[in-house]
Amino acid sequence: MKVTMRVNGAERSGDVEPRVLLVDFLRTNLTLTGTHVGCDTTSCGACTVLLDGEPVKSCTLLAVQIEGRDIKTVEGLAQGATLAPIQIGFHEEHGLQCGFCTPGMMLVSEALLKRNPNPTDDEIRWAISGNICRCTGYMNIVKAVKHAAELQSQAAKAPAKQAAMAGGGE
Amino acid sequence: MFPAAFDYRSPSTLEEALGVLAERGDDAKVMAGGQSLIPLLKLRFSQPQLILDIGRLPGMAEIKREDGHIRIGALVRHVDVERSSELAKHLPLMVEAVHWIADPLVRNRGTVVGSVCHADPSGDWGSIMLALNAELVAQSKSGERVIPIDGFFQGPFTTTLRPDEVATAIRIPLPTGPSGGSYHKLERKVGDFATVAVSVQIELDGRKVKKAGIGMTSVGATNLKAKQAEAGLAGRELTDDVIAEAARRAAAFAEPKDDIRGTAAYKKDVVRVFVQRGLKAALARAQEVKA
Repeated sequence: MKVTMRVNGAERSGDVEPRVLLVDFLRTNLTLTGTHVGCDTTSCGACTVLLDGEPVKSCTLLAVQIEGRDIKTVEGLAQGATLAPIQIGFHEEHGLQCGFCTPGMMLVSEALLKRNPNPTDDEIRWAISGNICRCTGYMNIVKAVKHAAELQSQAAKAPAKQAAMAGGGE
Repeated sequence: MFPAAFDYRSPSTLEEALGVLAERGDDAKVMAGGQSLIPLLKLRFSQPQLILDIGRLPGMAEIKREDGHIRIGALVRHVDVERSSELAKHLPLMVEAVHWIADPLVRNRGTVVGSVCHADPSGDWGSIMLALNAELVAQSKSGERVIPIDGFFQGPFTTTLRPDEVATAIRIPLPTGPSGGSYHKLERKVGDFATVAVSVQIELDGRKVKKAGIGMTSVGATNLKAKQAEAGLAGRELTDDVIAEAARRAAAFAEPKDDIRGTAAYKKDVVRVFVQRGLKAALARAQEVKA
């Protein structure tokens, strides 16, 4: 079956069997391997992507279900060499150890900050409760999200500074 | 993991969907959010020849009031319940319970009606709907049928829906007096199935119970409605003794099994405690909120 969707802002299509999962379409057909396969049983959230802005598990969706919809993967976070605030947060606060859960954690956090620009620790913990970090590095992940929230609120106050600040990640 | 191969249809009208089911209903599985079905397909516990994806049917993603009921369309997702001011006002039990269902990512995709129709005895919505005395609306080419939730569950993953039918909505009667509910769930971690969960909904007439509903999760071959316990509450004031008796009846009716999450005896005792706590919480809420 032919399937067409927007992925990270660009229209992408492919010819897949209906049983092909979205995560496999992204990784195999589109070679976007930043989306990870962890448990493959809807438990861990390593395969999280944003579907029309909402985080979902791409191992529990068929690619054909996404016909005409919008997907954002971890590859869509940075704008060229400019990291997104959530990426800077994970970098600055060392919000990762092995890094396997990180794409999912960042996308879930990105969606949280869209809805709730200034979340409490509890709200962050709730938001990431479907994502498992087997290094158990949750403390720094929460700090990373708070850091990103802080960056975003600063940027909102002084929009011109954002680019310079974001470039500081290099 | 890949599911076994299947044909896939995603009709854009209900009429077309019903046509497909009339022809191939016996070989087909209806999919809404797919959050229970896709894992089963991947493990090949289920190998239908056709997946009928109803995700593109129009007009089914609404929560609305109609003639004394709240109607929840077949594409209303758990997250929509979480954000519904209508439900927070009239059926806060649902909004409290939804936070206990799966995890935030699954709640963004999974649907209430799909979850009820999946009929997992460890599912949460089934017992909540039993407590709320909901009814399913099912459509087929031969017309519409309304199915009371009591009796809908036939066994694990088995309901009275016919192969040519699709559930288009669930309807929940609006409380007509002061009402309150509560959901108590014991789970090992976020996203786990319940070890035991109990939903309670009561409606008061003065100090006495006008209606009481008690649904139970993970303690039988289906979600269970604790009817004997409910009957013991009708027309009574909720004193500690009345509550304790209802809790004993519910625990006696539960049929849990020993498993990795606990022994049957332990789970029965959790039922007793949860019914007690649930009724007390529901009573407190009913007394503070006027319908």
